[in-house]
Amino acid sequence: MRASAPQEMRASAPRVRIIDACKSFGKVVALNKANVTVRSGEVVLIIGPSGSGKSTLLRCINRLENLSSGQIWVDDDQVTDRKSDIRKIREEVGMVFQSFNLFPHLTAMENIILAPRIVKKVPEAEAVQQGRALLARVGLSEKEKVFPDHLSGGQQQRVAIARALAMNPKVMLFDEPTSALDPEMIKEVLDVMVELAKEGMTMLVVSHEMGFARAAAHSVVFMDNGEVIERGTPDQVFSSPREERTQRFLKHIL
Amino acid sequence: MSDGALIPGKGEKSAFSAWRISFFGAIAVLVILPVLSPDPYWRIIQFLPDGILITLEVTVMSIACSLVVGLITGIGRISRITIINRIATIYVEIIRGIPLLVQIFYIYYALGKLIQVPDIFAAVIAMTVCYGAYLGEIFRAGIQSIHKGQMEAAIALGLTRAQALRRIILPQTIRVVLPPLGNEFIALLKDSSLVSILAVSDLLRRGREYASKTFNYFEAFTVVALVYLVMTLFFSRLVALMEERMSRRDR
Repeated sequence: MRASAPQEMRASAPRVRIIDACKSFGKVVALNKANVTVRSGEVVLIIGPSGSGKSTLLRCINRLENLSSGQIWVDDDQVTDRKSDIRKIREEVGMVFQSFNLFPHLTAMENIILAPRIVKKVPEAEAVQQGRALLARVGLSEKEKVFPDHLSGGQQQRVAIARALAMNPKVMLFDEPTSALDPEMIKEVLDVMVELAKEGMTMLVVSHEMGFARAAAHSVVFMDNGEVIERGTPDQVFSSPREERTQRFLKHIL
Repeated sequence: MSDGALIPGKGEKSAFSAWRISFFGAIAVLVILPVLSPDPYWRIIQFLPDGILITLEVTVMSIACSLVVGLITGIGRISRITIINRIATIYVEIIRGIPLLVQIFYIYYALGKLIQVPDIFAAVIAMTVCYGAYLGEIFRAGIQSIHKGQMEAAIALGLTRAQALRRIILPQTIRVVLPPLGNEFIALLKDSSLVSILAVSDLLRRGREYASKTFNYFEAFTVVALVYLVMTLFFSRLVALMEERMSRRDR
């Protein structure tokens, strides 16, 4: 995967801005003044030990969790403003979960067209057509009528990616998308994600997949104890991390 | 209220399963008794069908109404709107603390003070008020048993909580709640005998009427018990079959 290193990120408009994000669950501090900016078309990989607040950070971007203080913006919409229409923002922010969370009572196609039909009121025929294109894109054209239980983990996760893409989001959030997968299925999911990155999707990815980092990530953010410790290009962070905490963490996972 | 054990588990398929022995045994006794001694058994059996019909009517109407009340209560119990949540919870707490027989009396006379309704409707309303609370708890538990990732995925796609509930959560809940609902329905069928204390001529009341006319108490209640048994065993089988079909369609 090394061969196709991502192109240099040109300066483009910030798409997601996380400003002084703080979040605590009772006494546990999950986020502590975290700042991250993601530019349009940028792919940011978030790494860090478990409990470092990576997933929480992601889940605050579409307000599955509420920040305790701080701000999050997606383009010109302030996610953290109670008055903003959070559902409009969620339409534009796709999310992929560690446990896939496909709807088990619906087929692959029904999973994909549900939100476009209900939320965006897309006519069924049009939604199905788009669904077919998406299934082809994730390499699962023949699984249209199959229920999630009959799909492998890798296939389920690819359907979940297609489901998120069906809303034409401007940002995609991936919360440990390959952590629940058997090793032989990780690649098929990462391939889809790398493709997506190449097409210019803005992505925030919580993952420790080095292959993906090298092939698609523009920058890597290291988090620990709810703080952003350092950020740099994959080469910088993985080969010559500045912070001692980053070095210690990388020693464990590399 | 339900006793669970009425629904036969899987693997009880042999010709001599407990269910078969009870069900066909009860039917056999119901056939043999009138043949051996037509008086009083044949007379009793001729006297009861009106009551069976009323019992079934009360049961079916109560099931339909308490399903609606139960679903609303169950959703209310998990509502994030405090007032709705409180109302639903208080309703459940109150109803579960009062014996059904007392509720039936109470609702009958309370209703009587307000409006004149036929006794059978008073009975259905009382059963609905009571069973609505119990079914509400079943629906609540069923909804809460669905993995929270399902709601999150739906919401992340832009659905409202109500849309997610209707399209994603409830369809999955049905499968989970079917067995306990079935048990509750069978319990309701049995509890419907309590409405005989009102002027509703259900199966039990018809049996009592016959008995007090002829003083054949033992014989009358033997037949009444057997008829109840046949009905509940029949419905428990129905629920088990439905459950089986659902789980098969699932695989």
